[in-house]
Amino acid sequence: MLEAKNITVTAGSKKLLDDVSAQFAPGKLNLIIGPNGAGKSTLMKVLSKQNTRYEGEVHYQSSNIRTLSDLQMAKVRAVLSQNIDLAFPLEVWEVVMMGRYPHFTGSPRLIDEQACEEAMKFFEVEDMAERNYLTLSGGERQRVHFARVLTQLWYPAEGQLRYLLLDEPLTFLDIHYQFQFMHKVTDLLEKKDIVVVGVVHDLNLAARFGDEIFLLKGGQLIASGPKEHVLTEDNISDAFHLTPIIYRGQGKSGLQLIFE
Amino acid sequence: MSKLSNRGSRWIPVFGVLLFITFVFSLKLGAISITWSEIQTSLSKWLTDGDLNLTERIFFQIRLPRALAGVLVGASLAVAGVLMQALFRNPIVEPGLIGTSSGAAFGASLYFVLGAVIKVHFGEWTLPLAACFGGTISTVCVFLLAQNRSTGKSSIVTLLLVGLAINALFLSGVGFLSYLARDPQARSITFWNLGTLSGANWVSVSIIGAVTIVCTFVAMRYAKQLNALMMGEEEAVLLGVNLKRLQIIIIAINVLLVAVSTAFMGIISFVGLVVPHLLRLMNGSDNRFLIIGSALAGGILLSLADLVSRLLLAPAELPIGIVTSLVGVPVFITLLRKRQYFF
Repeated sequence: MLEAKNITVTAGSKKLLDDVSAQFAPGKLNLIIGPNGAGKSTLMKVLSKQNTRYEGEVHYQSSNIRTLSDLQMAKVRAVLSQNIDLAFPLEVWEVVMMGRYPHFTGSPRLIDEQACEEAMKFFEVEDMAERNYLTLSGGERQRVHFARVLTQLWYPAEGQLRYLLLDEPLTFLDIHYQFQFMHKVTDLLEKKDIVVVGVVHDLNLAARFGDEIFLLKGGQLIASGPKEHVLTEDNISDAFHLTPIIYRGQGKSGLQLIFE
Repeated sequence: MSKLSNRGSRWIPVFGVLLFITFVFSLKLGAISITWSEIQTSLSKWLTDGDLNLTERIFFQIRLPRALAGVLVGASLAVAGVLMQALFRNPIVEPGLIGTSSGAAFGASLYFVLGAVIKVHFGEWTLPLAACFGGTISTVCVFLLAQNRSTGKSSIVTLLLVGLAINALFLSGVGFLSYLARDPQARSITFWNLGTLSGANWVSVSIIGAVTIVCTFVAMRYAKQLNALMMGEEEAVLLGVNLKRLQIIIIAINVLLVAVSTAFMGIISFVGLVVPHLLRLMNGSDNRFLIIGSALAGGILLSLADLVSRLLLAPAELPIGIVTSLVGVPVFITLLRKRQYFF
């Protein structure tokens, strides 16, 4: 369980997050949605310990993350960030290997190389392994970073959960790779020891793949819970000032939002 | 599995052999050519404490320290270049460009002028310590002034402009002190600006050697963290890097490397730029390869530059900084014009 208790973040006189409490369970796809400026990225940065200037507490199971070192965090928590600028020529596998850095000292061990190869296969970037990262397209780079972030959490952590935080992971991807990526994340959730929290913009992707939805507006959590309960006409029009028509059908794509 | 092993390691032995060859030429050639047998006899006489004749003395007291200085100063400047580029996250940063060298030169010339007056003395280490003092001030100035406050990143334009200003400031400081100086070495502004290995002796070589070797090995320990830093400070922290500690250690190693070389040999620019750049073209940016590779290739390049500087106008000498700048400036401009390095 990843738990945020009464998180408040202030910038000047403005509250970016206002007393937000939420619980993110392992084995479920937890998605944070909300309009621009709602505090989604701020919340992600608090959860990942990139931002420590907040009131309240964040717990990874029973540990308050303020008591964990950056290295301890890095062993169990991986973050896929929005934009990474890497201006040095590196081969793709070297970028992916960085995900293993928290786990070894000196040279990579056999299991680190295995994690890299398997993660590259998982995201179908193994054919690019020896290409120069700088020659890749935006979407290809994004997939390389997926592989890197996943290698960081490739093996179960002894007695601890693993935490995967995705901050707008779908930005550079076309719809094919968006779906592919969401399917892969869903596959990951079969390992019951991974907590996945993500920020997405596309409400229909949230409706299609999410399990638990957290709706932020103006720094406050205005609704959370199973998607059927959160993705309602009232909630969406309250947050986005647009009233959707919601189709509720059968099966996985049973919930769809249409905006007129 | 071999697919993922670093292919850079195959370059290292090549560099090692090339370095040895350049070193041997650097021993033999110069105002006076030295033969194999003279090298042999002077080495065996040194072991047996025999009396050296003139050529053997030239070999042992001038040529050998100078050849070693070429290797060591080249290594230390090139490694410093790699570390600085990793720290500033920018492949065109170089100790000579952003003020470390001129700060170190200022510190060293301050010692030459004031050392006798204030009577602070730590033996042979006083000069390098004074240079470290100056180098630290200038580097920290540039590091802090060039950083964007919100992103924590240094844009190349700001970096070069701040570097320019700090360089000008400390070099005019050196110029001023040179007017006041009585010591003939310190009085020569050419010495500080363009550098020369002609002053190499066993004291300077052993100090530079100790510092270079220790710093290179310490730097290797942080190669992985420096790799992570290529993706940005936030990403590095997400990969478990203790950022503040890394920055302090790398600046310290860096200043030590540059300051000690500069204190004894003057400002030699562009070695720290050219060498890592060539290595990146060969094998990418893995800092583990770059640090070891630069140490060897920097030694090769500076030994070659020193050979040119002492052979071109023999028996007169060209300051070595002129040679390195002739090679370095075109590389620098090419790098600057490449789009991917604008950020």
